[in-house]
Amino acid sequence: MSARVVAVAGLVAIGAVAALVEAARAELGLVVERASGSLQVVDDAKRAGVARIEGLGDLSHASLVYSGDGRFAYVFGRDGGLTKVDLASAKAVARVVQAGNSIGGAISRDGRIVAVANYEPGGVKLFDAETLALLSEIPATYGAEGKRAKVVGIADAPGARFVFSLFEAGEIWIADVADPRRPRVRKLANVGREPYDALITPDGRHYIAGLFGEDGLALVDLANVEAGARRILANYGRGEEKLPVYKMPHLRGWAVAGPYAFLPAIGHHEVLVVERGSWREVARIPAHGQPVFVMARPDGKQVWVNFAFPRNDTVQVIDVERLAVVQTLQPGKTVLHMEFNDAGDEVWISARDDDRVVVYDTATFARVATLPAKSPSGIFFAWRAKRIGM
Amino acid sequence: MSLRVRALLWVAVATVAPAALGDVAPDVARRSELVNLVRQDCGSCHGMTLKGGLGPALTRESLRDKPPGSLAAVILYGRPGTPMPPWGAFVSASEADWIVRRLQEGTLDER
Repeated sequence: MSARVVAVAGLVAIGAVAALVEAARAELGLVVERASGSLQVVDDAKRAGVARIEGLGDLSHASLVYSGDGRFAYVFGRDGGLTKVDLASAKAVARVVQAGNSIGGAISRDGRIVAVANYEPGGVKLFDAETLALLSEIPATYGAEGKRAKVVGIADAPGARFVFSLFEAGEIWIADVADPRRPRVRKLANVGREPYDALITPDGRHYIAGLFGEDGLALVDLANVEAGARRILANYGRGEEKLPVYKMPHLRGWAVAGPYAFLPAIGHHEVLVVERGSWREVARIPAHGQPVFVMARPDGKQVWVNFAFPRNDTVQVIDVERLAVVQTLQPGKTVLHMEFNDAGDEVWISARDDDRVVVYDTATFARVATLPAKSPSGIFFAWRAKRIGM
Repeated sequence: MSLRVRALLWVAVATVAPAALGDVAPDVARRSELVNLVRQDCGSCHGMTLKGGLGPALTRESLRDKPPGSLAAVILYGRPGTPMPPWGAFVSASEADWIVRRLQEGTLDER
């Protein structure tokens, strides 16, 4: 092949890759590599990593959200770092260290505001999604002494709102950010002891916070905030001894499938099932360990569950119609996260201590690919861009 | 206690202690398991860099004034009423002492 042909072929290839990136954005994703502070850009169509982005600080507990078009990701690091990443160029394009210790964040429905939930100093900060300029701060101050609580379970809600929970205060706050420089905050007190994480239902209607300090969860109807928070599944562990919890469950994700919400029981090796609407318990599904993530396949037919230390080499699949475990898989050492692809026919699972991501076919449960990754934790595909609470 | 007895006692402790510690200190392979446990699993609440998260920081500065015995007891038995669970099923008493010593010295990763 002549040099000219090679050059042309190279250009065509680059052009083709660029076109592919444009067309297949929903198929791109990011894998957090927690120990090295890097992100791997992965392509679901190729079932392969395509680039690595480095220098994101401490990603030991990291999550991210996507811009509305799925081109940019906002990465929330443990060290308070907020990094804006461009998937098209595979580069970090903006970064601020905005707090001492951070847990996660959310992006407004219109894509203009990024909110970060902080442990230290406890509160929420709002940023311009374009520039990462600070717009305002909501200190999570509570009680007579004006202490600050750690903020958990932040979610974007319809009507230019962010909803979040205050761990030590036992409160849920709803911030109206129509004017992001002057957020208006409505506070719901006494929602329950120690809310540790929360989810918003895919329709944006209900916010559910898990409680660590008591059995039960707090539910807020976002169409009727005046009614306050109500307790659901109160006393789910009544009469049973609580087992030690070696890792906090995570509620964020689509733990809503069909007519049910699937929720992790704290201190029990069970997945709790409640009926949406009545919010009554309909089943308890015995599971391999203390659930951490309880994720519904996009079509709502299956729910996949992973577990806390020391039972964290296993993943179980619950059939939503039968409300029973139908499959038990062992993807590798220390499974930290699971993520469905856009179609839901495959699920990507990170096995931290095996330094790999394993891809399963969700119909046959066959292992279809294994990708190398450095100490992988969260996996986030860009299809999340269009979904509430993701 | 007379000076002489105290001196004798000191000599006795000085001779016995290293041997006794040698019996219980974790070997190199186990140390690396323990370091991984502290960084990764304790780290899910205390932060992988131990600067804190939902649980408090476990840095040298933050643990400086805490009595080692009670820190080891917290590892083994947890802190009821808080999210700190008991880890006694996974680490022995002497391993908990070793972890506390390394955390307080800030030398967790040293071999």
